[in-house]
Amino acid sequence: MILTAALGLPMLGALALAVSSRWTETTARRFVIAVSVLPVLLLAWAWRQFDPQGALFQFVEEVPWVPSLGMGYRLGVDGIALAVATMSALVFSASIAYPVDTKHQPRQYYAWMLFLQSVSLGVFLALDLLLFYVFFDLSLVGMFFLIGRWGHGQAQLAAFKFFLYTFFGSLLLLLAIIGLYLSVEPHTFDMRVLIEQQPLAGTGLYAGLVFLALMLGFAIKTPMVPVHTWLPQAHVDAPGPVSAILAGVLLKMGTYGIIRIPFAMMAETFARYALVIAVLAVVSILYGALVALAQRNLKRRIAYTSINHMGYTVLGIAVAAAVLSDDTVARQIALTGATVQMVAHGLITGTLFLICGSFWQRTEEYDLDSYGGLLRQAPWLTAFAVLASFASLGLPGLAGFVAEFHIFVGTFGVYPWLAVIGVLGILVTAALFLQMLQKVFFGAMPERWAQFEDLRPLEWGVLAVLSAGFVIIGVAPAFLLTLVEASAKLLMGGR
Amino acid sequence: MPIGDVLPEISLTLGAVAIVLFASFVRQRQHHWAAVLALLAIGLGAGLTVAQWGGAPRLTFSGVWALDGVALASKLVVLGAGALVVAMSPEWMRTDRRHGEYYALVLFALLGVIMMASASDTMELVLGVLLSSVASYPLAAYHRGWAPALEAGMKYFLIGALTNTLLTIGVVVLFGLTGSTGYPDITQALVTDSDRLALTIATACVVLGLTFKLAAFPAHAWMPDVAQGSPVPAAAFLTVIPKVGAAVALARFVSLLPPDVAWRAIVALISVATMTLGNVAALRQTDVRRLLGWSSVSQSGYALMAIVVLGVSDQALPALVFFLASYATANLAAFAVVTHLRGRTALDDYRGLARHAPIAAMILIVSLLSLVGIPPLVGFFGKLMLFRVTIEGGYAWLALVAVINTVVSLFYYLRIVAPMMFGSARSTVHVLSGPWASFTMIVAGLLLIVGGLGAEALSLFTGSIRFAL
Repeated sequence: MILTAALGLPMLGALALAVSSRWTETTARRFVIAVSVLPVLLLAWAWRQFDPQGALFQFVEEVPWVPSLGMGYRLGVDGIALAVATMSALVFSASIAYPVDTKHQPRQYYAWMLFLQSVSLGVFLALDLLLFYVFFDLSLVGMFFLIGRWGHGQAQLAAFKFFLYTFFGSLLLLLAIIGLYLSVEPHTFDMRVLIEQQPLAGTGLYAGLVFLALMLGFAIKTPMVPVHTWLPQAHVDAPGPVSAILAGVLLKMGTYGIIRIPFAMMAETFARYALVIAVLAVVSILYGALVALAQRNLKRRIAYTSINHMGYTVLGIAVAAAVLSDDTVARQIALTGATVQMVAHGLITGTLFLICGSFWQRTEEYDLDSYGGLLRQAPWLTAFAVLASFASLGLPGLAGFVAEFHIFVGTFGVYPWLAVIGVLGILVTAALFLQMLQKVFFGAMPERWAQFEDLRPLEWGVLAVLSAGFVIIGVAPAFLLTLVEASAKLLMGGR
Repeated sequence: MPIGDVLPEISLTLGAVAIVLFASFVRQRQHHWAAVLALLAIGLGAGLTVAQWGGAPRLTFSGVWALDGVALASKLVVLGAGALVVAMSPEWMRTDRRHGEYYALVLFALLGVIMMASASDTMELVLGVLLSSVASYPLAAYHRGWAPALEAGMKYFLIGALTNTLLTIGVVVLFGLTGSTGYPDITQALVTDSDRLALTIATACVVLGLTFKLAAFPAHAWMPDVAQGSPVPAAAFLTVIPKVGAAVALARFVSLLPPDVAWRAIVALISVATMTLGNVAALRQTDVRRLLGWSSVSQSGYALMAIVVLGVSDQALPALVFFLASYATANLAAFAVVTHLRGRTALDDYRGLARHAPIAAMILIVSLLSLVGIPPLVGFFGKLMLFRVTIEGGYAWLALVAVINTVVSLFYYLRIVAPMMFGSARSTVHVLSGPWASFTMIVAGLLLIVGGLGAEALSLFTGSIRFAL
């Protein structure tokens, strides 16, 4: 029941907001923040109860929905899902609490945010392929309305592009899911059955096509080069907290999906194409970093670093899938690194996008060259921006380092030359973040920012919570690593 | 004569007759009671159909009338859709001098569609097509004082006359070829070697005749005009209900043909052409009713996918009926909203509707999302089952074409959704006063959600249907 409660309570909260027409903005805000924290607490409790020595999937719930199609309301988590879901819930409540201009429609804004929280958690908690798809698609609907209604600039265009592009990806996913469903007798969408039976092993072309459709669908969502082009515009025109969710949570659905479906259910096929995926991941790493370096727009620059960072995650997964190599330890380390990278990137980039939101609220300006010397004017803002940037570029002692270290150690064991090329990405990332910090916070301050206001207590508090997350993971990652390693071992042992 | 086998049809006929008499003796102000009569007739027909459920599939009336799961299930879909159309009409038709007769026409058209779905004989099929056409032409041009309605009716009639003639020619050629009009005899005659050229011509004519009722390529051209110009409840009727009968009739007909006629390839090509043409044409429409008309063309293309894999996948017929039911609900919900909004049709006038008429806007959005196939609405399960049987039947490329088309369709559905949600309102919203249209709109909207969450019930209901033949 704990997982149903985690995704059901925000949905009920959203319904309550939708029908209550009397609430003022303050009441609505208090209510929403309280509701959005509940899933975090519930999942943290589940984390404490999770038994690393136990079965792969725990807290399993099952209710038949359309049994004649083999579909059910099936929920359950392994360590990987639990870690990503808890991070997502936290990023959601932080984004919801973060102050934003709700354009005189606070109830609608918060209702959509809670709706999105509910369906996003559903993606990570689902143990049924079709249920996974249901939540995956609903997250697009929620995001479409949030960007289109509360975005700025060419918000509607960005929302359209986002919805159409990613909907194409999810329909490919649907075809692949049906392909998987038809390959197992009796037909079922139950993920546990599919993981156990590996139904497509040794079916050649059919498995290849299903794998291609799955990977294309997830690559669009992740996004990987060259199907990333929806991302920059959606990010730039979305309001800050929505960008934080888009980068922190929605992108994870792509990489989480890769682990959950092709990696777990089609091990043999994935192994055959692991090298191709790994090379594409390295291309994403380098391309994302270089294009980010060229951006003059603050938010666009951070958006492109997401492509770079998600590239590391995909690299880790691809290395873990390469069964050709006997180095099981290296592969496990890579998968653990990929999961930690998802958690770390969610927290770090969430923080960075919230900071972008604070900039927009104050100045409506993202041009890096127009800023300078804000250190003196806004020391707290500077502190958080510097901390998050260092975490993002992989400074030891912060979460990004733990993740990237694992991924590269794993990669060295399997594809040493790819690791060498990939490390170049870290260099470029370091350069682009340092240049960004230098442009915005140091040097001479232009006259027009004389009234620039530092962080208010609420903003400060939210950023502190998220930053605490990635600092703790950086300093004492054991609590996360035991959880993830247990499931990584079971997933690898199953093959 | 096994009269008991056609009791549902008899109840529709008697209902229509009663309505005509009622309307000629009662003041126009009281004519909305004719709608109640029509609903009673439909309800009685549906009840009698349910009573027939569960028997073994069989043919009756010397083999011309099928009484099988497919016929009964599609009859229920048609009657349910007909009830929604009747229920959304009274306020719209209130000012029309011939208000009462409208319902009689609707019942006759329903009867024709049911005959199409149940016909197991080519003459019976022609009768069904003609009855539904004859009753539908006046429905399209019911507001005869208004030029666009007349134009729509005229176009509908001309294309109908041409394709109905083709259908009859096809039936005649088939009769000459096999010496019979009954489906069982035709199947047997076609097993032995017969003239393939004549058979191909006959098949082409019959298929063309049915594409008219389906609003599929190449006889689709009437659909956008009818959707735009005819009275909105009549447009709701014509965009949805004839399709159900025609799709089932087409499935029944092609299942008779020997495999070397290559009908799968023909139907697949029509399917691709229909969905692509409908979607591409809908992209740039600035009129919501016309846009829904084109979208209805493209939905016929999806429905044809199930017919392509008929006999290869054992779930093809359930998928076809399920999809038609889900499409009917969504499209009727959308038209019910347009009726409630007094036929408001320019895309620009939908700006900011979510502020001033939130319930209507929400139902319209839900129905459009269901047409796209967003889960967990009922339209998602319809598309899911279509994709499933298409892939299972080895036509994965067709499923891929449908996927690309679905993405295209999302674009123009969002073109309606976006101004409603993101735009700022310009004027007050005029709606029909009275309970009928708004109630129908809410019922149809709820059906979309309930049908999705309760898809199991629908899928059990359609799961085991098959042809008697």
